[in-house]
Amino acid sequence: MNGSPVLSVRDLAVTLPGRNGPVHAVRGLSFDVGPGEALAVVGESGAGKSVTARTVLGMAPFGARISGSATVGGQEVVGASAAGLRALRGRRATLIPQDALAVLSPVHTVGAQIAAALRSVRRTGRAQARREAVAALGRVGIPDPERAARRYPHEFSGGMRQRAVIAMATAGEPDLVFADEPTTALDPVTREHVLDLLQEMRERTGAALVLITHDPAGAGARTDRMLVMYAGRHVESGPSAEVLGAPRAPYTAGLLASLPERAPSATGPLPVIPGAPPVPGRPPAGCAFEPRCPLASDPCRSDPPDPAPVPGARDRLVSCHRRADVPEPPSALFADAAPGREPAGA
Amino acid sequence: MPPMPTHPAPLLEARGITVRRPGRGRRAAPVTAVDGCSFTVRAGETLALVGASGSGKSSTAEAVLMLRRPDSGSVLFEGRDITDLSAEGMRALRPAMQPVFQDPFGALSPRMRVRDAIAEPIKVHKRWDPETGPDEVDSLLGRVGLAPELGGALPSDLSGGQCQRVGIARALALRPRLLVLDEPVSALDPSVRAGVVNLLTRLQEEQGLGYLFISHDFALVRRIAHRVAVLDAGRIVEEGPTAEVCRDPGHYRTRELLAASGLLAQRAGTAGAADAAGAADGALRGAR
Repeated sequence: MNGSPVLSVRDLAVTLPGRNGPVHAVRGLSFDVGPGEALAVVGESGAGKSVTARTVLGMAPFGARISGSATVGGQEVVGASAAGLRALRGRRATLIPQDALAVLSPVHTVGAQIAAALRSVRRTGRAQARREAVAALGRVGIPDPERAARRYPHEFSGGMRQRAVIAMATAGEPDLVFADEPTTALDPVTREHVLDLLQEMRERTGAALVLITHDPAGAGARTDRMLVMYAGRHVESGPSAEVLGAPRAPYTAGLLASLPERAPSATGPLPVIPGAPPVPGRPPAGCAFEPRCPLASDPCRSDPPDPAPVPGARDRLVSCHRRADVPEPPSALFADAAPGREPAGA
Repeated sequence: MPPMPTHPAPLLEARGITVRRPGRGRRAAPVTAVDGCSFTVRAGETLALVGASGSGKSSTAEAVLMLRRPDSGSVLFEGRDITDLSAEGMRALRPAMQPVFQDPFGALSPRMRVRDAIAEPIKVHKRWDPETGPDEVDSLLGRVGLAPELGGALPSDLSGGQCQRVGIARALALRPRLLVLDEPVSALDPSVRAGVVNLLTRLQEEQGLGYLFISHDFALVRRIAHRVAVLDAGRIVEEGPTAEVCRDPGHYRTRELLAASGLLAQRAGTAGAADAAGAADGALRGAR
């Protein structure tokens, strides 16, 4: 990492009000993102990925209790005033959401919405903002941007909408862009194009990118580092290629082995992580993955593991009491699932 | 995937089906979503329909289920032309061909308990026997790998993977011979997706079900489909045994989809220009 981080998260905890009592969405999370760096945040539904991003942008869900610290370009976000957060959003940090239709207004043209986004972050005349909006649409690869700017979101395909939202989110040339599952709703070919576009955007503006995803394989090739989360906690982090190539936490190993494109054998049942993620609001006392972990032992049941460096590896942290006992290859941990049977809970 | 049966009987046959839909946007002309597609699904066999968004996969599924009558062409189920079947005739046939949908939550009523949701299709088709019905529901729960206690749960108490298992149990409740699976696992988290994929494979093995499996993920298709048909703009541009198509793709759309699923990494870079042209093409489809 060069220079001081654009984003620095320390011991962040976010508790949300839930139907059956408080939900500990993020628990003691720490990580940094360097200038221009791309970080993939990988985890399944309920891992706390989106809540982390929204908290950093001062958009935590209503009623959230937040502790710890998150600084963007040195400015503290936790406890910041509404005015301070407004000054931050759009200019220094922005969000590309998963559902492009939900953030686009159906009653304004796409061009008008991008122009409005521009005028909200800097003083620009209407005509000038309008011209820049057309240019921004062209930069994100939309053919005939002049005409596209006059169209409404429902006239766009899913991929075009996501491109338009990327144009909108990056209009203010922020230092830090959060992309929250930006490609989940897209088919694989369009997904690749949108991920390439994010890469280009990063190269052009020098912005750092936090790519939130539940698809570790797709994210790995396009990010410098990877953070794996489970039930609101840090599981493992480090250079993306190393985390994907040699996972050091049992959860990461199981997650990777269950992907059809990475499964160790081409036929037979896919390796499956037994059980199901913990119920939100009732995390286990120890390691959250312990009930599903083939290596679980006594300390795992009582104490949540803290991130610890991996011996012999630079910039890698693993939160696992049994990190020294993960076999080679790590996928072997989940390979002996009885053929033809699936866990009842999953 | 289970080995192919030796004397497979044609279960479903589509002959040149065409589906037209209203276009997107103001004054847009109707689009031909499915353009003369022909294919066969045999008992015990999985045919995957693979393609990008808008290539006509879901319209094809709707057409073979007669949820949307094709504008031309015909659909045969077990050798019998069902294209012009009356509503009543279709109702009698529905139990044999059941759909499983993409959105596992959306496919279930939020107020209906799992047990009732699984019993519902049996009751609708007037096959419910109050004596044996509850046991039947319990056995269905077991077959899709759900604990009997979950019978009393509401969809909001379940994970996505559990909901999709309920969706599969509902489809199985009427003892179908064909399942039309429209992206059944793409909304699931990877670690639960693998479990549902294994379940589908096992059910096919046990019951000789035919699957029409709609997906855009070649990594998954390669594992579970015996044959694959690649759709582009409503047309089948390539069809064949999955292993062969993956090894030696003939059409650039197939190569593009394989590359996007990480199965053709070495060619992904060189195919860049063609891909970009294809994308611009696809993107414009909405605007035209």
